[in-house]
Amino acid sequence: MNQNTPQRRRERIDRGIKVRCQGIYSLMSWREMTYITAPRAALIAGLLALPLVMPGMYWQRVISIVCIYALLAVGFDFLAHFVGLVSLGGAFFVGVGGYLAAILNTAWALPPIATIPAATVIGATLCTLLLLPCLPLRGVYFAIVTLMYPLFLARVIEALDILGGTDGIMGIDGFGGRWTEQYAVIGMLLIVLFAVRRLVNTDIGLVLRGVKDNDQAIRASGMNVTRYKALAVFITAAMGCMSGAFLVHIYMWSGISQFALDFSILPIAATVIGGGGTLAGPVIGCLILVPVSELLRDFGTLRIVFYALILVAFIVFRSEGIMVYAQRKYHQFERWTQV
Amino acid sequence: MTQAPLLQVKELSKTFGGIRALEKVSFDVHEGEILGIIGPNGSGKTTIVNGITGFIRLTSGQVLFRGRDIAGKPAHKIADMGVTRTFQIMRPYYSLPAYKNLVIPLFSPRARRTGGWRGGGRLGDRHTVGIDILEEIGFERDSHVPYKATATLPTGYLKRLELARCLALKPEIIICDEVFSGLSMSEIASMVPLIERLQMDGITLIMIEHRLRELFKVASRVMVLNFGRKLMEGPPAEVMADARVKEAYFGSREVREVMDHA
Ligand SMILES: Nc1ncnc2c1ncn2[C@@H]1O[C@H](COP(=O)(O)OP(=O)(O)OP(=O)(O)O)[C@@H](O)[C@H]1O
Ligand SMILES: [Mg+2]
Repeated sequence: MNQNTPQRRRERIDRGIKVRCQGIYSLMSWREMTYITAPRAALIAGLLALPLVMPGMYWQRVISIVCIYALLAVGFDFLAHFVGLVSLGGAFFVGVGGYLAAILNTAWALPPIATIPAATVIGATLCTLLLLPCLPLRGVYFAIVTLMYPLFLARVIEALDILGGTDGIMGIDGFGGRWTEQYAVIGMLLIVLFAVRRLVNTDIGLVLRGVKDNDQAIRASGMNVTRYKALAVFITAAMGCMSGAFLVHIYMWSGISQFALDFSILPIAATVIGGGGTLAGPVIGCLILVPVSELLRDFGTLRIVFYALILVAFIVFRSEGIMVYAQRKYHQFERWTQV
Repeated sequence: MTQAPLLQVKELSKTFGGIRALEKVSFDVHEGEILGIIGPNGSGKTTIVNGITGFIRLTSGQVLFRGRDIAGKPAHKIADMGVTRTFQIMRPYYSLPAYKNLVIPLFSPRARRTGGWRGGGRLGDRHTVGIDILEEIGFERDSHVPYKATATLPTGYLKRLELARCLALKPEIIICDEVFSGLSMSEIASMVPLIERLQMDGITLIMIEHRLRELFKVASRVMVLNFGRKLMEGPPAEVMADARVKEAYFGSREVREVMDHA
């Protein structure tokens, strides 16, 4: 900066209404109530309205896929920003959940309303057990192991020609109607999103945040760090397995492409774009990335390159993410001050 | 003493690679007393704390708490039995406000089992209890210190927060690793009554300190470590007078100055 011009700095100050909303009395005024609830209401209404405004069946299907990725992205954000575990396990969770739902549906003829919860719980248990050995370790081991499993499982299915081999499992029941499908997956996403937001602010959520901040202090407080990490991994895996189960019922097919790297990478890109640590941000990130990625479908696996470019661009130019930026604009105003 | 010691440490040894950080250190701690542990830098004091509380794996030795061997148990189990510690390098949860730091230990199985904190498990109550504990330990509620971001708190409060984390567990023993260091004279002066009050509440204390003058005021016995070995143990006056201690420990000038004051 030029030496002669007086130094100026941008100052950010909380809006009056934000400060007023922090007290209990805000519940007695319409303005403040609106201020608090409007963003949430906008998100809910927006998501619920999406299927209605989409031009055709193809784009309605894209919305379902957005929600599936959004479940993964919220899971990633939860684990990375509230527990401190960086997971590349999207593909792992989707694959396990998807195949489980497929097996339950074809072998036992269970309807989607039963296979989805069953695949969620059984799948999350399986994934957590498989990841348990690397939970006491610090560092990148967890990320690496979560990346290895889907590659490994896909090769096993391919080589042993089990579970339909490279053809996959066909003849899986659909949702019996595109509106049911749409609103089932959107509803699920909204429930999960608000449940996770709730969770991170409860006492147990604070313990999880403590695990990220300082696991030694957790141990000194008489709590088993690995157990809390396992709990968090279970929650994330459940979200991933659930999205996998939705996916196979939407496509009525389960195959090794469910172990594809896209399911691990896109949620991370969406979290970076949407704003890590906000939980709603990753959903917005998916709303942008998935449709764009659909438009680029012709490029095949080159899409990974495209995610990478978007990621780099965002990290360089707007590292905070859309949601963090929007929250700041909503809650604070800026002014220039002399230094 | 006729009563069996609360904590018995027997022939504790720890080697890090080639370094012998501790060599066959034994000592007893009796219920309700304050044992001081002193020694030059690198003499193995923090290693003893880590060894007792399960934060490192001991090379050999036994740690008996109420007659039960706790050596080799995981750290969280030892803390769960009521053997708590502070960290020399403070380890608060920097991303949370001060009072939420205490919600975490108050959520622990031990606090829920033995705490008798009012409110039990209902949401929100641990916040109130946390603020109460902080106020008790010297956070001024009126100036909103408990609500401030932990990262903005000065050292004095962080040291108190370390103690508060132990207190939330309703501990039997608190092992304090240099809670006075980094504090001003007046801050220490306000900590001393607090330590005495903990003792009156029936909590047994092991205090590791470089601030000898203040330590000698509160400790009933003092153990001296040098190069990982126990040099001697006795009442403060005896330790201060001992020639070996002076030679081994007080060789460094800064400490001699502190000694002269004492
Ligand atoms: N994790 C470790 N790995 C290797 N050596 C270690 C480790 N921890 C401690 N040591 C060594 O063990 C010895 C004792 O260290 P310790 O931290 O117990 O000393 P201390 O008495 O607490 O010192 P201070 O007064 O500086 O806190 C030192 O020589 C130190 O270098
Ligand atoms: Mg030390």
